[in-house]
Amino acid sequence: MGLLEAIILSVLAASTPLLIAATGELVTERAGVLNLGVEGMMIMGAACGFGGAWLTGSTILGAFCGIVSGALLSLIFATMTLGLAVNQVATGLALTILGIGLSGLIGAGFVGERITPAPHLYIPGLTDIPLVGRILFGEDAFVYFSLALVIAVWLFLYRTRTGLVLRAVGDNHISAHALGYPVLRIRMFAVMFGGACAGLAGAYLPLAYTPFFIPGMTAGRGWIALALVVFSSWRPGRLVIGAYLFGAVTILQLHAQGAGLGIPSQFMSALPYLATVIVLVLISRARTGGSTAPAALGTVFVPDR
Amino acid sequence: MPLVLEKRAERSNTIALVSPLIAIGLTIVTMSILFAILGKNPISALGVYFIDPLTDSYSLQEIAVKATPLVMIAIGLSLCYLANVWNIGAEGQFLVGAVAGSWLAVKTQGNDAGHWVMPAMLLLGAAAGALYALIPAICKVRFGASEILTSLMLVYVADLFLDYLVRGPWRDPAGFNFPTTAEFDPVATVPVLIEGGRLHLGAVITLVVVAAAAVLLGRTIKGFEIRVVGAAPRAARFGGFNSNQLILLTFAISGALAGLAGIIEVAGPVGHLQPGISPGYGFTAIIVAFLGRLNPIGILIAGLFLALTFIGGEQAQIAMKIPLDVTKVFQGLLLFYVLACDSLILYRFRLIFPSRKVSSGAA
Repeated sequence: MGLLEAIILSVLAASTPLLIAATGELVTERAGVLNLGVEGMMIMGAACGFGGAWLTGSTILGAFCGIVSGALLSLIFATMTLGLAVNQVATGLALTILGIGLSGLIGAGFVGERITPAPHLYIPGLTDIPLVGRILFGEDAFVYFSLALVIAVWLFLYRTRTGLVLRAVGDNHISAHALGYPVLRIRMFAVMFGGACAGLAGAYLPLAYTPFFIPGMTAGRGWIALALVVFSSWRPGRLVIGAYLFGAVTILQLHAQGAGLGIPSQFMSALPYLATVIVLVLISRARTGGSTAPAALGTVFVPDR
Repeated sequence: MPLVLEKRAERSNTIALVSPLIAIGLTIVTMSILFAILGKNPISALGVYFIDPLTDSYSLQEIAVKATPLVMIAIGLSLCYLANVWNIGAEGQFLVGAVAGSWLAVKTQGNDAGHWVMPAMLLLGAAAGALYALIPAICKVRFGASEILTSLMLVYVADLFLDYLVRGPWRDPAGFNFPTTAEFDPVATVPVLIEGGRLHLGAVITLVVVAAAAVLLGRTIKGFEIRVVGAAPRAARFGGFNSNQLILLTFAISGALAGLAGIIEVAGPVGHLQPGISPGYGFTAIIVAFLGRLNPIGILIAGLFLALTFIGGEQAQIAMKIPLDVTKVFQGLLLFYVLACDSLILYRFRLIFPSRKVSSGAA
């Protein structure tokens, strides 16, 4: 296996959790809700996903546990921000703090354990094609699922009536409410979808990326996923580009550390975070003609009765 | 839905006073359930957490030592949150302040430099924290980049930078390869208040900061502008307040306070620069700010309470083998309950029974 092939394979693996989490958050934000708890839901997904897979020996059940844990945490968020009209920024931070604590508590039981990583696809003939075979036909199921998820979300948002209503709710909840759409119920489902995706993205890390659980293993990926949604201008297609670019930065800095360029490893490790700041600045600067964010993003809605 | 949320005609001052207490009560109930799930006796666990630290003088001092950075950071954060801008990178500003101040301590090490060193270190720490906080603030006012994400990303950068320094250029040659600087000279150390104790000058500085913040918010035009920009941005625009300038100002103050807290922590209780100088003070301070209702006196009380959970958590780990993560769960739950209870200041629940008869026609 050539170096380039190895790099591309690891870039895809590093990008997949970012892509899944960001896709979920994109739907949440398109409905007008800013859930800053992605990091907390991801780390819970990682702990519960690993726990599930370790206890049952099944990657699929592990992924399922991750999804459920993320969705349950997001349900707390939905109750607070939609049911009690609490500030979304503060609640999202609380969710992250709670998720980090709970995941440490749950994960303490199986730190140091290992599981069999998720199997990779193998199609005789196709996977054996030199150079592109492994990349196109030899990934784990999550990689294919993440791309299918983006396509499904794109179709949902732009090609279905429900998707249109969801976007309307995110742009102007008062009008949507006046037209008789159940603003809070739609938002609740959007938040839970985001939570389920974040949980799955977190579960990917111990299930496929590294076959063990360590506390805090998400290492800010949830926050980078949030930044990716801004980068994408809230469009699913651009999310794919953004996620793969960030995956590439992460992997290239690892290879640069390995190559020993004489640059301290901490400086290379800081690159993905610095890149996030720079990209956010560039993207925000480029938007001179008004924001592309959903107009009602982050605002509280209490229906008149 | 028979239970609906509706806006109160005016904010309820009663709820504003009792809501932190309700929140603490609810958190304690939830924690008791959690302790029971973990197989520990909830009553004795709560005792170890909240009562035992209050019964001996060592723990009482330790609570004040832990509360010092929490309160100092939270005061700065409360200014940002009052102005409705979200600095969540205080942890990074804390670390950068610690690094900048330590630079002077490392450079003057063993030179018997004189008593100007410690005050100069504190100034450097505050200045570096302010500058570091201005990065996200400038990115926001100049380019419109979300300060939430940029300030948080810079936490990771600061953490890695500190790690590099203590593993590389600043490592103590006599430190057996541990990632730490040498112990600071006495002139580069924040003095303790009582000989042999742990309580240090930082606690006094924190009280001064609390008083200054109370004056700023309650008695000055700037404080009024900060509150108006946050609560009623439209009114602030009509009033001619420069909101960009206020964003820069609140970020600079909160960064300076976080940086000051960082260097005080390093030059005080810790005594040298090393990774892991903060058990998440910058994040816990967010909870302190909200629990204290973004009010300086409230923050002082809330800071002492959260410091108690740190100490109680450590004692519970030693005495009852309760994992340290329980403290984080406690803090996260507390923030949830505080926010939920605060909602009832502005809103109330009302039972609505769906009317059976829609209309009885012409009356």
